[in-house]
Amino acid sequence: MWEGIDFGLIWDSLPDLWNGLIMTVELTLLTTLGGFIISVPLGILRASHHRWASRAIWVYTYFFRGTPTLIQLFLIYYGLAEFGFIRKSGLWPFLREGYWCCVLAFTLNTAAYTIEIIAGAIRNVHRDDIDAAKALGLSKRLIMQRIVLPKALRIMLPAYANEVIFVLQSTSLASVVTVLDLTGVARVIVSHTFSPYEIFITIGLIYLAATYLALWAFRLWEARLFRHLKHPDSHLTQTVPVLR
Amino acid sequence: MRNRIALCALAIAAIMGVAGSATAKTSLIIATEGAYPPYNFVAADGSLQGFDVDMAKELCKKIDADCTIVKQDWDGMIPGLLAKKYDVIVASMGILPEREKKVDFTIPYYQAPTALIAAKSADVKVGADGYPDGDSLAGKKIGVQRASGYETYARKTWPKADIVIYDTPSSANLDLTNGRLDARFDDYILLKDGILKSDTAGDFAVVGKIYTETAMGSKGEGIAVRKGEAALRESLNKAILAMRADGTYKTINDKYFDIDLYGK
Amino acid sequence: MSMPSFLDLNGYGHLLVEGAMMTIVVALIAMFIALCLGMAAALAKLSSRIWLRRLGGSYTVIIRGIPELVLMMVVYYGGTVLLQDLLAWAGDDSRVDINAFFAGSLVVGFVYGAYATEIFRTAFLAVPQGQIEAARGCGMVPQQIFFRIRLPQAWRFALPGLGNLWLTLLKATSITSIIGLTELARQADLVKSATQRPFITFLIACLLYLAMTAVSDLALRRFAAKAAAGFQRQDG
Repeated sequence: MWEGIDFGLIWDSLPDLWNGLIMTVELTLLTTLGGFIISVPLGILRASHHRWASRAIWVYTYFFRGTPTLIQLFLIYYGLAEFGFIRKSGLWPFLREGYWCCVLAFTLNTAAYTIEIIAGAIRNVHRDDIDAAKALGLSKRLIMQRIVLPKALRIMLPAYANEVIFVLQSTSLASVVTVLDLTGVARVIVSHTFSPYEIFITIGLIYLAATYLALWAFRLWEARLFRHLKHPDSHLTQTVPVLR
Repeated sequence: MRNRIALCALAIAAIMGVAGSATAKTSLIIATEGAYPPYNFVAADGSLQGFDVDMAKELCKKIDADCTIVKQDWDGMIPGLLAKKYDVIVASMGILPEREKKVDFTIPYYQAPTALIAAKSADVKVGADGYPDGDSLAGKKIGVQRASGYETYARKTWPKADIVIYDTPSSANLDLTNGRLDARFDDYILLKDGILKSDTAGDFAVVGKIYTETAMGSKGEGIAVRKGEAALRESLNKAILAMRADGTYKTINDKYFDIDLYGK
Repeated sequence: MSMPSFLDLNGYGHLLVEGAMMTIVVALIAMFIALCLGMAAALAKLSSRIWLRRLGGSYTVIIRGIPELVLMMVVYYGGTVLLQDLLAWAGDDSRVDINAFFAGSLVVGFVYGAYATEIFRTAFLAVPQGQIEAARGCGMVPQQIFFRIRLPQAWRFALPGLGNLWLTLLKATSITSIIGLTELARQADLVKSATQRPFITFLIACLLYLAMTAVSDLALRRFAAKAAAGFQRQDG
């Protein structure tokens, strides 16, 4: 049975798989960056006392957290293209491409979760620290900038690391809307060679390596953020796996 | 753990099978795609219907077998056969050399016409041979189904074109009508029903000649069985010829098409 | 009982509802598998034996590192072949089928078992050590301590996390559509092709998923209210 593993096939597929990997990394980075950028202000609003803003954002996060990423992707890729006014708009050059539909769908998706993570972290910043800052006469903006956000960042890091890993893995859905990411390339190769084994296990290992690389990077970042606490047994230096 | 359960289940099934086989009819599982109208598709009530499905049922009657028809996604069609998920594939599968390496086919049960349908705005030109011109397709997006003979042919013949891969022909058709694709390369009857009979039919047209099976390098659409199942293959061949002889083929053919698809 | 035509989707609308029911069935089976595996792996990770800890550790490491889609395809395409080969090697030539339902529920259960592991692990760790020591003092044997002290309290701590797990798992069943399982996501794709109206099709699918998560949410809140809510790791 084992002599059947076609290492030659794996070797020949590597160039195409490499291109697929580049696409996967691109999608992950764009999504993570875009998601983070829109999540910070929206997360602050979500945690604020402005009820209408918080509610409105809640509706958005509820929708995107309550439905599967795959359906969101289909809704954006096929659903939006159904409308003539979208096809004639300035957005069409982007929405026409599977790539940008994926970036849009994944970004909206990850932002929904990140907003809730950030809002939760902000709410969990110790009252004492905020009160002390107020006593010192810091303005609301400075309190947010210098005290709340940095502390929130530390609180949310484990959950956010998980979220980034989720993004990396959910990019494999891009293959369903014609994008040739790592999984997309793999499915095409498998369809020509009829060897699901070798190819899917290979990309499985590649994703595994990428995931642990990302986790390692987060650990480094965490260590840097918590270097003022330096206690070796501090539970804060461990990445706690928390569910989405 | 799973293997132990599977082995136990198998032992039980094997015992039941041995006990039953002395008197029972052959039981066959036939796979079809269910996403390839009008040859095979899922109707509104959830049942599998189409030319292939009707053919499969009639063939089963002819070879006196108890058949179950199951749905299988196209790109898993041959791996599924090899993995013994089913015994026969009746899903408009072209008899192509690369497939013949893995599975055995019966004689062709019909000849499928192929066409490239493009948006008129894409301005795809016809070459000297009457077929679409490779240079005018450079950079244009052609939608094909993953694992189809059309995908292989398109990649080989028009290397400068941008081949876009879809799970099913209908999804690809949707992207042609909404303007994402410049062209579609697939079975002519499927495309005619899907694109040229829709509301936006006026924006699209066939480019060049219709391809015959020979032009595509195929011997026709055949029924696939695993290698080594010579008896099954022979009985299916005889059944196809019997259907031609006694008119049951014509009845099924005329239900879906205006012309006789058998060819020859 | 005829529905307004835009909801009926040319008669295909009912397929979406059937898909939703299949989604729930697959999710329930997968949840059961996930709970069993999660509990087992958590205990393995907390065990005093290194090989058990390593086993539990590898399970979570591998599953968390590979996309569900890829795992699904390895099991569905590769798994059947593997089983066939194993059986052929053992001398048995008959057909083995991992159908989409089995493969789908198994993979989703297997994947979410890895996440359940951490939830159970922290839950077990949260049971106050003092109670364990008191139980030993009363003369209880390890099995009694486990079933009477550890397990009931760990459940209480695990509930919020498991609630989240259920909601995520429910949506994750959509991945099984890729291998042809006729749950909601797959049916939605079929209906969109048949009716050529993707937007309304997927919108209705979204609403069905939202309905499922909303109902689950309410049910989970009832559960949490009943069990004294003790352990909250993260907000939202």
